[in-house]
Amino acid sequence: MKRIAGNALDAAVRRGVSYADVRVIETEERQVATKNGKIGQLSSTISLGLGIRVLDRGAWGFAATDDLSAEGIEAAAGLAVEIARASAFAKKTDVELAPEQKHEAEWASPVLIDPFSVPVDQNLALLFSIDEELRRNPGVTLAETALVFNRHHQSFASSLGSAIDQTRHTSGAGFAAYSFRDDAIQKRSYPNSFGGQHQLKGYELVEELQLLKNAPRIAEEAVALHSADQCPEGRFDLILDSSQLGLQIHESIGHPIELDRVLGTEANYAGMSFLTLDQLNHLQYGSEIVNVVCDARLAHGPGLGTFAYDDEGVPAQATDIIRDGRFVGYMTSRETAAAVGGKRSNGTMRADGWARIPLIRMTNVSLKPGAQTLDEVFGADHAIYMETNKSWSIDDKRYNFQFGCEIGWEIRHGKRVRMLKNPSYSGISTEFWNACAAIATAEHWTLWGTPNCGKGQPEQAMGTGHGASPARFRAIKIGGAYAA
Amino acid sequence: MGVGELEAMIGTETRALTRFANNAIHQNVAEHSGYLSVRAIVEGRTARAGTNRMDAQGIRRVVEEAIAIAKLQGPDPELLPLTAAADYVPARRYFAETAATTPADRASAVKQAIDAVEAVSQTAAGIYTTGESALALLNTRGVFAYHAETMAQFSITALASDSSGWAKQSACSTAGLDPIELARTAANKAAGSRAPAEIPSGRYAVILEPSAVLDLVGQIFGDFSATALRDERSFLTGRIGETLFGENIDIYDDFSHPMQSGAPFDGEGVPRRRVTLVEKGVVRNVVYSRQAAAQSGVEPTGHGFPLPNEFGEAPANIVIAGAGTPVEKMIASLDRGVLVTRLWYIREVDPYQKIMTGMTRDGTFLIEDGKIRRGLKNFRFNQNLIELLSNVEALSPVMRASGEEAFDMVVPAMKIRDFNFTEVTRF
Repeated sequence: MKRIAGNALDAAVRRGVSYADVRVIETEERQVATKNGKIGQLSSTISLGLGIRVLDRGAWGFAATDDLSAEGIEAAAGLAVEIARASAFAKKTDVELAPEQKHEAEWASPVLIDPFSVPVDQNLALLFSIDEELRRNPGVTLAETALVFNRHHQSFASSLGSAIDQTRHTSGAGFAAYSFRDDAIQKRSYPNSFGGQHQLKGYELVEELQLLKNAPRIAEEAVALHSADQCPEGRFDLILDSSQLGLQIHESIGHPIELDRVLGTEANYAGMSFLTLDQLNHLQYGSEIVNVVCDARLAHGPGLGTFAYDDEGVPAQATDIIRDGRFVGYMTSRETAAAVGGKRSNGTMRADGWARIPLIRMTNVSLKPGAQTLDEVFGADHAIYMETNKSWSIDDKRYNFQFGCEIGWEIRHGKRVRMLKNPSYSGISTEFWNACAAIATAEHWTLWGTPNCGKGQPEQAMGTGHGASPARFRAIKIGGAYAA
Repeated sequence: MGVGELEAMIGTETRALTRFANNAIHQNVAEHSGYLSVRAIVEGRTARAGTNRMDAQGIRRVVEEAIAIAKLQGPDPELLPLTAAADYVPARRYFAETAATTPADRASAVKQAIDAVEAVSQTAAGIYTTGESALALLNTRGVFAYHAETMAQFSITALASDSSGWAKQSACSTAGLDPIELARTAANKAAGSRAPAEIPSGRYAVILEPSAVLDLVGQIFGDFSATALRDERSFLTGRIGETLFGENIDIYDDFSHPMQSGAPFDGEGVPRRRVTLVEKGVVRNVVYSRQAAAQSGVEPTGHGFPLPNEFGEAPANIVIAGAGTPVEKMIASLDRGVLVTRLWYIREVDPYQKIMTGMTRDGTFLIEDGKIRRGLKNFRFNQNLIELLSNVEALSPVMRASGEEAFDMVVPAMKIRDFNFTEVTRF
């Protein structure tokens, strides 16, 4: 792959471009899923190809191909240059890239158990045992279980002289129980919706999650929701579990801090951002206990946004986003960093495969642990506690959001007093984060994986990481999703 | 290799996309890819393996992998043998001129659209994408199904200082697109919604333009599936044969409709059939894969996904019948209401009541006394779709609509009473 990357880079540079980079990527994926005691998915897929990105006449061109013959590589390089020259026909200014060092490196994410070394029949045996446990509860009408494993091997080469070889293993696992009765479908998922938990790990993730042990509780909760009271409407203190808080971070902090959105380049599809450039270092984004970081380093944890170098060859970094409640940083690229006075990209450019260009994407955007014990977080006189995302929606500038969760509980004086079905809450991003009153300590902090973040045209699906511990928010609007 | 039956899907795709923002092309890409996906059946067991390595070694490896993982499971008594050879109604959806579109062609069209928006002191962002794809499906029982088509899409957002407008077209041929007209439409919407007013959330009469209809109503069609009914995850569970919607609602699935795209066969090679889903508001039918059809004692409709999969089948070529009321007449008929260009970030709140939430975007207008009065700040809605399809008061003629939340469909604009806006955002 390194040789192919080198040949493709030569083919681009030979055409006189001012900058070029190449990513040759081989991916291997296994998906195993069951539904009500039968196989839902059983597939194994491999893919190998390359993408060539060039800067010529001050404009970008990109071509990708899975024809890795000498002729295929030459054709792709030629097409990338032809496209760049067409781009120059409708440019306003020349693209300028922030400086970056030449890097030569080899890196592989830590894996204790290679997931592809675990036989498929062992995967199926685990999933069928979970399925059986879920359906032991007669109220469960649909049981779904899933495992997904991915190996992503990438050779990057750029005209700066960089040559970077990275291999990342990701794993995902989870299950869901549905219960249909009368006029309602209720659902509980474990350990999260979106197919469960996803991390930069091998099969050890599956073993850590204790899937089978949690199946009876999840089945029982799915059925019990039919008998629960409807979540009330009104303003209440709100406590979120760490997985829902992870998605709240994703939607109301992670996307707004993408500098390409801020600068308008996603206006036609994903939208723009309320975080206009004048807000940097001024906006009180959250209360003083809110600290958010964008951190792609392994030191942050095994997140879906953890790597050694981004897809522009920039090393993984940690960037403060919110410090003591104040907005202090965007996610940037080599092209955009200068817009906020950056002398260097902070390393967030990623593509979802060989066929697509890198875009600014969340790496691991995480809420730092707080100082409160779990008892203190739950210690409100009266609050609503919600677990596990069910629906999510936010406007195209990331102000107004609404989330639904699978299950809620009314809390009085720190104790759960009744289960609530169909809980939801809504608000304005900055008002919500400024209402943050308590964040639990590091021992309750989990780095969640969101495997399906969509952005770009053509759309790309990216895995992102979000660390959070349970937190409490004051006087949040609750129950609006079911308001008549 | 000792395997009983094999099915192979071989596909290739070439697609290019020119993207613009801030009145300039800023991303411009092309990709060429192929795939081979093989399904093996071994003594009542099945599994799938895929690759894009088409040399002899790659092909042998993918077949061996499909067989190997098929063997690592117990037999499925409901698994059917592969389907037999069939005749398909050909669909002419490949246009050589569209396939031959060059980067310079796209850049030229984009430049003209940008110029139209820039001429009225606005900022343009959007895409122009063209491409071609081909798919062959073969199996050891003699199926040989083949389909090739081209595609073209242009969408544009025009940004004014405190407002925006949007327009999009999608077709199998570039001849079906008019980028400059789309640019003017988007710019007019942005100009007409400057200084947007805030009005309280609540129940309003609305006119949903076709893209908004597509993106919202499009959320129900995954439930018109026999497998979803069997799994009791469809909102139609216990409701087939009921008058669920208004008498003016007729919906069918028809791959051969002249405004549609796609192949004349499904993921197993079964010919697609026209299916009436809703007739005068009554839910008449759902679609069936082979396996779902066998379980129900009916004929498959040609809507199955490649096996193995969890979801069974879904309609793929939706047509919602229209009527004769153009949008202009709908506006003229309203004392007070809201005109919606586009909806965004639509998600399911309740799977059985079919409550969906989402936002308006890029052109939301107040209608008073039969006229568009001004732009409005955008709303969040939480809307029961069963109720929505019972509250449709007028339908326009149909068009092929394209949005971002559902696949392209043939739909009318709709005038709807009592649409449930629950919040207002800041812009």
